[in-house]
Amino acid sequence: MKLLLPLLLLMIAAPAILVLPVAPAAAVLPDEMLADPALEARARSLSKDLRCVVCQNQSIDDSDAPLARDLRLVVREQLTLGKSDAETMNYLVTRYGNFVLLKPPVEPATWALWLGPFAVLIGGGAALVVWNRRRTILPTDAPLSETELAQVAALSQDEALR
Amino acid sequence: MYAEIGHFALILALLTAVSQAILPMVGAVRGDQALMAFGRSAAQLQAILIILAFGLLMTCFAMADFSVELVAEHAATTQPLPYRLAATWGNHEGSMLLWVLILALFGAGIGRFGDNLPPSLQARVLSIQAMISVAFLAFSLFTSNPFARLDPAPLDGAELNPLLQDPGLVFHPPLLYLGYVGFSVTFSFAVAALLEGRADAAWARWMRPWVLAAWIPLTCGIALGSFWAYYELGWGGWWFWDPVENASLMPWLLGTALLHSAIVTEKRQALAGWTILLAILAFSLSLIGTFLVRSGILTSVHAFAVDPERGVFILAMIIGSTGTALGLFAWRAPLLRSGALFSGVSREAGLTLNNLFLMAVTAVVFLGTFYPVIMEAVSTDKISVGPPYYNLVFVPLSVPLLLLVTVGPMLAWKRDSLSRVAGKLKWPLLAALAVAVGLLALLGFAKATAALGLALGFWLIMGGVLVLARRWRGVGGFSARLVRTTPAAVFGMALAHAGLGVTAAGISVMSGFATSKILVMREGESTTVGTMTVTLDSVGDASGPNYQAFQGRFTVREPSIFGADTVRALASERRFYPVSRNQTTEAGIGTSLLGNSYVAIGDQQNGPRGPGLVVRIYHHPLVGWIWFGGLMMAMGGAASLADRRFRIGAPLRSLPRATGLLPAPAE
Amino acid sequence: MNRIVFILPVIAFIALIGFFGVGLTKDPKVLPSQLIDRPLPAFDLPGIAEAPGGGPGFANVALKGEPALLNIFASWCAACPQEHPVLTRISDEGFAVFGIAWKDKPQDAREWLAKWGNPYQAIAADEAGRTAIDLGVTGVPETFIVDKMGRVRFKQIGPISPEQWEGTIKPLMAKLRAEA
Repeated sequence: MKLLLPLLLLMIAAPAILVLPVAPAAAVLPDEMLADPALEARARSLSKDLRCVVCQNQSIDDSDAPLARDLRLVVREQLTLGKSDAETMNYLVTRYGNFVLLKPPVEPATWALWLGPFAVLIGGGAALVVWNRRRTILPTDAPLSETELAQVAALSQDEALR
Repeated sequence: MYAEIGHFALILALLTAVSQAILPMVGAVRGDQALMAFGRSAAQLQAILIILAFGLLMTCFAMADFSVELVAEHAATTQPLPYRLAATWGNHEGSMLLWVLILALFGAGIGRFGDNLPPSLQARVLSIQAMISVAFLAFSLFTSNPFARLDPAPLDGAELNPLLQDPGLVFHPPLLYLGYVGFSVTFSFAVAALLEGRADAAWARWMRPWVLAAWIPLTCGIALGSFWAYYELGWGGWWFWDPVENASLMPWLLGTALLHSAIVTEKRQALAGWTILLAILAFSLSLIGTFLVRSGILTSVHAFAVDPERGVFILAMIIGSTGTALGLFAWRAPLLRSGALFSGVSREAGLTLNNLFLMAVTAVVFLGTFYPVIMEAVSTDKISVGPPYYNLVFVPLSVPLLLLVTVGPMLAWKRDSLSRVAGKLKWPLLAALAVAVGLLALLGFAKATAALGLALGFWLIMGGVLVLARRWRGVGGFSARLVRTTPAAVFGMALAHAGLGVTAAGISVMSGFATSKILVMREGESTTVGTMTVTLDSVGDASGPNYQAFQGRFTVREPSIFGADTVRALASERRFYPVSRNQTTEAGIGTSLLGNSYVAIGDQQNGPRGPGLVVRIYHHPLVGWIWFGGLMMAMGGAASLADRRFRIGAPLRSLPRATGLLPAPAE
Repeated sequence: MNRIVFILPVIAFIALIGFFGVGLTKDPKVLPSQLIDRPLPAFDLPGIAEAPGGGPGFANVALKGEPALLNIFASWCAACPQEHPVLTRISDEGFAVFGIAWKDKPQDAREWLAKWGNPYQAIAADEAGRTAIDLGVTGVPETFIVDKMGRVRFKQIGPISPEQWEGTIKPLMAKLRAEA
C-alpha cells in the first residue's frame, strides 16, 4: 500500500502526454475549403474546438447550420490573413465569449473542472492509505508455546473428538 | 375508449403502489408475514395494470387514433407501423410510461424471483421500489399524462422526427431504460440494508444478479446508441460527449464499480458501506440523467421537449429519493460491521483500486457535464465543455484502470505478493510490450497514441485469455475436466474483460487512422481515399413510404487481406419527409471485419469541373470493434448472470435461524 | 472524524441540488453579450432599396448622439412579426430605431416590411452576416441598446414584449438620455 500513491501518479503521468485525437467529422463543404492543405488542416482542427453557438451542442465543424458555415469561413479568413491559432480563437472569443470554446479555458474559475478528477483520484488514494493503516496488519503466525503444544497433543489423543 | 381504460389502469396502479409502499414496510418492521407477502402480490398487480395501460397506449398508436394528443403529435398515417409503435416511447409522456412499466416489471420480478430472499428484506425492497413507482406514476399522471385527448381530432398527425424513424428507436430506449430502472432495484436493496442495519455477504449475493440485470441492458443500450448515431448522422461520429450521452455513461461507470465492489462484499464481507453508497449513487445518476434530459437545464441534441416545470418535479423526486437515501446512509452506515481485513496487495485491494479509478473517471464525465450549470449559478460567464476537455482528462485517467484490469484477476484474495503476481504476468507483459514496440516501429511515432492503444487492447484481451488458461491448466497440462467445471461467472469475467480490450483497440485505431475526403463529384468520376477507390456511378430519385429521396450510387473498391480486391455497391440518399418537412442524410456503409467504408452525399454544388454532387467519403478502420466489444461485455455479464451459484442462493449459515425446530444442516 | 466521511455525500448532494435549482431558472441557450459597455464594432452596410447596390444603409457612427435601439431582424424570422408592433410603438414614442436585415435578400426584406410595417429610421442589409458575427448575434430578433457615445449598454435576446419595454428598456432609455 505504501507504493500505491507513487505508482498511481506514475501511471497517470505517463499517458497524460498522449491525447486521444478526434475522428474526422464534417459538415464542411468543398466550396469552403482552402486551397493550401496545411492551412485547411489547421482550419479543420480549430473548427473542431469551436462551438456552434446556435446549435444544440455541436462544433462548427460538425454543424450544418448557416451560422456555423459563416464561422467556418471566418476561421479560414483569419488563417489566410496570417493569424495564429490563438489569435483566431481570440477573434471569436471577443465576439461570443468563452462559450464558443469547446475546450474550457484554464483559469481559477475552472480549476475545479480541470483538476477535480485528479483530486478525486489522489484524495481517494490518500483516504484508502489512511483507512488501510488504521486497520491492523495481518499478524504473522507466531509459533505455539509449550503449554499450547501439550494441549494440542492431549486433544489429538481424545477419542471422543475423532 | 382505450385511452380512458389505460388512464384508469394507471390510476389504479398508483393506488396499488401506494399500498405496496406502506404495508410491506410495516410488515417488515412488525414481523407480520401476511403484510410482507402482500408486497409480492401488490407488485404483480401493479405490473399487470401498467402492462395494460402501456399496451393500450401502443394500441392507440398502432390504430393511429389521432384523438389521443400524443398520437397526433408523433405519428402520421404514412408512418410505417414499426415506427408508429416505437413512437409510443419516442416522446416525453410515453417514455415516462415506459419507465414506469419497467419499474413495475422489475418490482414484480423481485416478488417472483426473490424467493430465496428473507421475507423482511424482500418486503422492504418491494416497499422502497413501490415508493419510487409512486413518485413516477404521480409525475406521469399529474404532469405528463400520455392519455390526454385532443378535441377536435385532426385528420392526420404530425409525424415522428425522421431521425427517429429507425430500428434504433425500437431497441435503444427500452434497453437504456432497463438499465436505468434496473438500478432502482439495487438502490432499493441498499436502502433496505441500511434500514435493516445489516449488509453482509448474503445480502451482496442476493443483490449482485440485479446489478447484472441492470448493467447488461445498459451496456447494450449505450453501444446501440453509439452505433445508431454512427450510421444515422451522416459522418461517422460515434460519441460526442453530449450531456445526454454522458447521462447514460455515468450510471454505467458506477454500475461497473458496483459490480466489482459487490464481489468484495459477497466474498469477504468487506466494503459493505461503500457498496451501499455506490448503489445509491448509481440510481441517483439515473434520476439526474432523467432530470437533465427533460428539464432544459442543458442544451443537447438529444433533449426531449423541455419544460422547467417538469424539471422542478423531477428535482423534487431526486431530493426525496437520493436525499433520503444519503441521509439514511450518513446515519446508519457507520453502524455497519466493518469487514474482513486485507493486505495492500490482494484481490480486494485490486478491486478497491478499480473502484477508485472508476470514481475518478466518473468525476470527469460528471464535472464536464455539469460545470457549465455550476458556473452559470455562480458567475455571469458562460462556458462550454466539449470533446477537447474529455479527450485530455478522461483518457489519462482510464489508461491505468485498463492496465489494472488484467492484473486484478491474477491477485489472490486476502493476501498476495507483488512478486507472485509479477511472476504470473511475466510472459503476457513481455508479449504486450513486444506488441507495443512493434506497432510503434510499424506505424511511426506520429501514431503513438493509436499504437499504444492497440497494445493496451491486446493486453486486455490477453488478460481474459490468461484467466481461462490458468484455470484450465491442471497437474498434467490442459485438463478438459477443468474446462467443464469452470463456473459460468469465470467465463463471464474473461469475456467481459476481453470485450473491453476489443473496444479499446477499436477506439484507438479509429482515432488514429480514420481518414476522410470531401469533394464535388460528377457522374462517372472516381477518387481515391487511402487505398479505397470510390466511383460515383449514377444519381437518381428514389422514394419510400413517407419520403422522397435523391440517391447517389457508388462503387467502392478496396484491397482485401484475402487476395482479390473487394468491390461493393453503396448507395447514399438525401431524404425529404413532406409531412414534417425534414431532411435527413442516409449514408452508404460497407462493413468488413477490419473496418468500414462510409459514403454520404450532400447537396449539389459547383465543382472545379462543373456542377456536381458534394460527396463525403470516410474510411473507418476497426470501428465495428467498438460496438462488438460492448456486445462481448454484455455477453460476459449474461454469462455471469447464468451462473448456478446465484440460483442456488446464499449458504444457509448466513440466514438467521427462525426457529429452533430445524436441525442444523450439514455444510 | 469517521462520521464526517459519511456526511460528506449528503453535503455534496445539497450543494448539487442548489446548483440545479438555480440552473432551472436560467435559459442555457441565452448567450450574454460580450459588447456590454463597449463601443459598437465598426461597420458600414448598404441599404435595402431597389437601387443597384441597395442604396444608402448606415454605419455604426450613425448611432451616436442620442440613445438608440439597433434591432436585428429578418424576413425568415418566426418571432419578428410578434415584435414588430412593439417596435412601431417605440418608434412612435420618439425613440430612434435602426434595423439590420440579417442574411436576407433586400427584396425579401422590403416585402416583409411592406407587410408588417416599417418603424426604422434607417435599414441596412447584412447579407453575408459578418456584421452580425461582429455583434455576436446568435439569432433573431435581437436588439442592442446603444447610448449617446455609441457604446452598447444592453442586449435584448428574443422579441421585446410590451412588458419588457415598459419595465426594463424604456427606463433604461430615459436614464441614457439623462446622461451627459
